[in-house]
Amino acid sequence: MKRLLIATALVTMAGAAQAQDIVRLGTEGAYPPYNFINDAGEVAGFEREFGDELCNRAGLTCEWVTNDWDSIIPNLQSGNYDVIIAGMSITDEREEVIDFSQGYLPPASSAYLALSADTDLMSGPVAAQTGTIQASFVAENGMTLVEYATPEETVAAVKNGEAVAVLADKDYLVPMANESGGSLVLLEREEAIGGGVGLGFRDSDDDLRGKFDAAIKSMKCDGTLDAMIARPEYFGPEAKTWGDDGKEGC
Amino acid sequence: MFEACADPKAIEGLIWAACYLTSAKHVLFYWSFLTVLLLLAITAPAALAMGFVGATAARSHLAPVSWLGKIYIWMVRGVPDIIFFLFFVIALDQVIEYSKSLIVCESHAWPWQGLEFRVCPEAKVPLGKSSAFWHQAYGFMLAVVTFAIVFGAFVANVIFGAMNAVPRAQLETAEAYGMSRGQVFRRVLIPQMWVYALPGLGNLWMILIKATPLLFLLGVKDIVYYARELGGSKTQAYEYPHGDWRLWYFIGLMVFYLVFTRISEIGISRLTKKLSHGQATAGGEALRRARA
Repeated sequence: MKRLLIATALVTMAGAAQAQDIVRLGTEGAYPPYNFINDAGEVAGFEREFGDELCNRAGLTCEWVTNDWDSIIPNLQSGNYDVIIAGMSITDEREEVIDFSQGYLPPASSAYLALSADTDLMSGPVAAQTGTIQASFVAENGMTLVEYATPEETVAAVKNGEAVAVLADKDYLVPMANESGGSLVLLEREEAIGGGVGLGFRDSDDDLRGKFDAAIKSMKCDGTLDAMIARPEYFGPEAKTWGDDGKEGC
Repeated sequence: MFEACADPKAIEGLIWAACYLTSAKHVLFYWSFLTVLLLLAITAPAALAMGFVGATAARSHLAPVSWLGKIYIWMVRGVPDIIFFLFFVIALDQVIEYSKSLIVCESHAWPWQGLEFRVCPEAKVPLGKSSAFWHQAYGFMLAVVTFAIVFGAFVANVIFGAMNAVPRAQLETAEAYGMSRGQVFRRVLIPQMWVYALPGLGNLWMILIKATPLLFLLGVKDIVYYARELGGSKTQAYEYPHGDWRLWYFIGLMVFYLVFTRISEIGISRLTKKLSHGQATAGGEALRRARA
């Protein structure tokens, strides 16, 4: 009875708020410069600007939602938001459960952050965020893996000595190393893992995926995507961009 | 927020600290204290009501009702909170949407397709097009219902025990006066059982206060979420870069929780004293002697 009452109340409530269809974009909000929550409490970073531009080009009204990385795929599937835009690399494992758009960031390298440049990765556990390509890589390559729920905690683990190094996207680790005053350094060894970063959709949502794919392509064609990637506050002028590959078939 | 804070990287010292502590994200942090207090203010009475119904059912003379009450207490107490909060909430959400889809959708296809849950857009709760506020309000409401069910089971167990603790002689006397079963229950059992239930209920209240971080599992941002988010080290990508300050934020939370639980303790002990008046317990006896 109580449940029924609540359901009725919700139906009335939801009916009262009439507006245009809204596409909900789900992100993690803890992985600068990809996405983070800025000091105004709003989603910011490369994916914020990129996502807003996509919605603009596709003529959609979009809204941002933050969700833990752990449960970001299940919550897409149960319909709590419609798109995952969270620096998610396109992998075969994930392709089995969700659909990806074409890549919007080319495959980037992953780097190790440690306390000193001569750290032996076999001498102790290596930290990575749960459910990332880096975590699988560490586990598959004979190193001891320690997993953490958020990127922040993986770096803290290295500072505290719980792990000898952390493996994550290089673009996330570079500012950490630069601003640590020398206490954290990037190792020379880098790993080329992942097949580029794409938007995640439900398997059944082909229409929406088509709209976003077209918008990504148009941003590649007129060069705005490359320009956005290379902006200093995002990935910087040295970052990999799409270049002429992105302009194929324009 | 203030004019002096327009360029946070150019200011320092006290002004920086003042600007930092009044940034929009910190204001959200301060509001989240109210969210937690609001949740407690709604959940506590709801859980008490659930518990009362559960305990009354478990004591019922009708076997099916009694089983229902006992199964509720046993099941909810036996399942870890975190599983309850992850699984039950998603299930509850889907049941609500499925029920709605039976009324508003044209096709009544089975919504659970593989890993996906598919109902027509009109059956989404809240609707995809409703504003973020409704999504949050809905999450908050799911939280209240879940907390009420989980804590209600513990409350039911406490009240069940308290009802059995009321001396049989008291009830027999009432029966000897010719009161019906309902009258004994209302006039004698309920007024007397509170004093036995209070220590257990006080414990549950303390646990409930500290259980609010489970809120984040439901997408409601509570004080612990903000403390972790604000305290984490911030690079130059942020307006106010700083190192790992989580420790300070957590110390702040600790002070808040200690003050809050201390106030609760004082409140509970006053209530115990009030309820002990004229009771056939050691506490009631002590009060009588003190007056004599």
